[in-house]
Amino acid sequence: MIGSQSIEKGSPRQKGLVTSHEHYLNVNYSIKSWLLTTDHKRIALLYLISISIFFVLGGIYAMLIRLELVTPQADVLTGDMYNKVFTMHGFIMVFFFLIPAVPATMGNFLLPLMIGAKDLAFPRLNLASWYVYSVGGIFTILVLALGGVDTGWTFYAPYSTTYSNSYVILAGLGAFFSGFSSIFTGINFIVTIHKMRAPGLTWFRLPLFVWAHYATSLIMILGTPVVAIAILLIAIERLFRIGIFDPNLGGDPLLYQHLFWFYSHPAVYIMILPSMGIISELITCFARKRIFGYNFIAMSSLAIAVIGFFVWGHHMFVSGQSVYAGMIFSILSYLVAIPSAIKVFNWTATLFKGQISYDTPMLYALGFIGLFTIGGLTGLYLSALAIDVHVTDTYFVVAHFHYIMVGGTLMAYLGGLHFWWPKITGRLYPEWWGRLSALFIFAGFNLTFFPQFIVGYMGMPRRYHVYPAEFQVLNVMSTAGASVLAVGYILPLIYFIYSLRYGPVAGPNPWGAAGLEWTTASPPPTHNFEEIPIVTTEAYNYNDMDSQPPQQVTDTGLDALGAGAPASK
Amino acid sequence: MKGELALSDSHSSALAHHFTDLEQQHDANMLGMWTFLVTEVMFFSGMFLLYIIYRGFYPHDFAEASHHLDIYLSATNTVVLLCSSLTMALAVRSVQLGQRKAAVTFLFLTLVLGLTFLGIKGLEYYHKYEDHLIPGSGFMYEGEANPNHAQLFFILYFVMTGFHGLHMIIGAGVVIYFMVRVWQNAYPPENYVPVEMLGLYWHFVDIVWVFLFPLLYLIGRHIT
Repeated sequence: MIGSQSIEKGSPRQKGLVTSHEHYLNVNYSIKSWLLTTDHKRIALLYLISISIFFVLGGIYAMLIRLELVTPQADVLTGDMYNKVFTMHGFIMVFFFLIPAVPATMGNFLLPLMIGAKDLAFPRLNLASWYVYSVGGIFTILVLALGGVDTGWTFYAPYSTTYSNSYVILAGLGAFFSGFSSIFTGINFIVTIHKMRAPGLTWFRLPLFVWAHYATSLIMILGTPVVAIAILLIAIERLFRIGIFDPNLGGDPLLYQHLFWFYSHPAVYIMILPSMGIISELITCFARKRIFGYNFIAMSSLAIAVIGFFVWGHHMFVSGQSVYAGMIFSILSYLVAIPSAIKVFNWTATLFKGQISYDTPMLYALGFIGLFTIGGLTGLYLSALAIDVHVTDTYFVVAHFHYIMVGGTLMAYLGGLHFWWPKITGRLYPEWWGRLSALFIFAGFNLTFFPQFIVGYMGMPRRYHVYPAEFQVLNVMSTAGASVLAVGYILPLIYFIYSLRYGPVAGPNPWGAAGLEWTTASPPPTHNFEEIPIVTTEAYNYNDMDSQPPQQVTDTGLDALGAGAPASK
Repeated sequence: MKGELALSDSHSSALAHHFTDLEQQHDANMLGMWTFLVTEVMFFSGMFLLYIIYRGFYPHDFAEASHHLDIYLSATNTVVLLCSSLTMALAVRSVQLGQRKAAVTFLFLTLVLGLTFLGIKGLEYYHKYEDHLIPGSGFMYEGEANPNHAQLFFILYFVMTGFHGLHMIIGAGVVIYFMVRVWQNAYPPENYVPVEMLGLYWHFVDIVWVFLFPLLYLIGRHIT
């Protein structure tokens, strides 16, 4: 039983310098045990490393973009090079960072722990998903090395099929393989959540993180195969020179756009839903309150997943699709905002009269709520046909989706990483550095992207390396912000790695948080739990927990059996 | 009864360590395969969408082009594939009953029928090649339809039957693997579910063909 070992006075363990129990990291140090692991926790770390590498790569491309855009004329990059740079930035960030970020790292690590299981339903499929992702990653690095692809991450025909002189097929294969890793993950999560919950863990006792990943997995399995065939058709048309989307044959390039966006719109919900799941965990812990509106938040995740499949045409308002279709997609896009808004209201209500503490994860969570709201509201502006006609393909759109993907997803990703870092590594990160980085990121983010709303509204188009001189001031602000943002991202990289060796050893539950993952050791043993827990309470039972003596909560974790809880349960 | 089962399957070598009992493992495996088949449906649905739209644009040209396809070979193929689903179902049943030799025999028959399907398909493709109906620079259409629209039809024909054939090849490979494993007694009656999963996949590939056949081959055809 955790915490029941006697600790020698003066020993390294007592001084908090080393962990002495066997866990999933120290059980075997060989490379083979890592590359052939089926332990979901190790696979999560393999993903964490790969995803971080691609984040850095995508970030370098972002810096190149911002560097070029400091001046109105072309000075750093030619037009062709710039096309490749923004394509690689978007392509890498979407397919190799944002889509897998939360599910493949925190989802993989935490799902079995949160439901009291020993592993996911299909551990070898889990490992396969990382290998498939890596194959896609290798294709991407190849594209990078060979000179890049310049079609935009959207690969529109006929440019991608006929006129581009860049490595479209290779890039397409990269996306194709990363899509498969997504599909494998989705299958694994769905089956795990359905079939492997601990005794007593009914659906409506699940942490909202789990609901979020369930909804995400539904999108992954339904949407990803469609973009797979869309990309394969582009590759086939290009390779064999057969005009599937060629108007000369009577084909329709718009059909490609429909197939592409049918996935790529739900894909943005793949990116945001897991992050929203993280926020529910963070807000409850750092307000020390049960979530307000549990059922609404759970159901809204499903609603987002479902409605999200019916709005793809809002990416095609000016493509030549029928105005009637545009109107329908517009109203549906308004509808899909409602479940997201419901979440924001419920999180806010959770904060109300809570006992708020401003630890690093909470700073990220609060930042998320504000920035996601701005991003989401600007999405409503874009859903209005009349506005979209003017701001489509301008920096207004760029700002909108960066507010959600960076201000939303990425901040929740970092918040979650900080929150669960002690669980994953058994170490505490340095708190003040964490808070400082969060502030850098918040300030840098707003300085980078808020000017883009303005400059986009004023008419600056996206995907251009040159622009009229009157837009320069705002662009310089944006680039300055990007530099601050970069500092904010580099700092955690440093202090997280530092904490692995020099951080204080963490107990099972340093935050005093609710959730089954906090009832086992930090880091957990390979099989997760010494005994399979039996769940008798609702999620986020902070009101009950806070009537426990604090020491019992943090040292041993709240016993999932409810032992020690007041008799009047 | 459940208690007895639990006692034996804690010792069962078929039980994976992360499951609590064989029932959970079997349920998870079946749900996993069904979920995977949903992804396959979505994969093919993109191509079916293209078909619906383009046929909606050019109904007469599609019908005309479709008449260049070999109805006899493809009908034979349909019967072959349906029979292979029967032999696959019989194989699963044999595994459930512990009849190892019958199971391997039925799997072998399924393989033979599957390879027959692929062979006939290859023959069809070869005929199209001879008739200059392979899309691309060598495409030369002789008929009443607009040759461009006919080419669109043939693009869809090759892409759709091509991906279907690819799935058949993968399926055939897995059948070979299972023949070996069943022979090695890896799937006793209490662990028949992996074979059932293979059966599900095979039936799915069969059903895709059941849709492809009328949509590609039977446009505007009448029995005279």
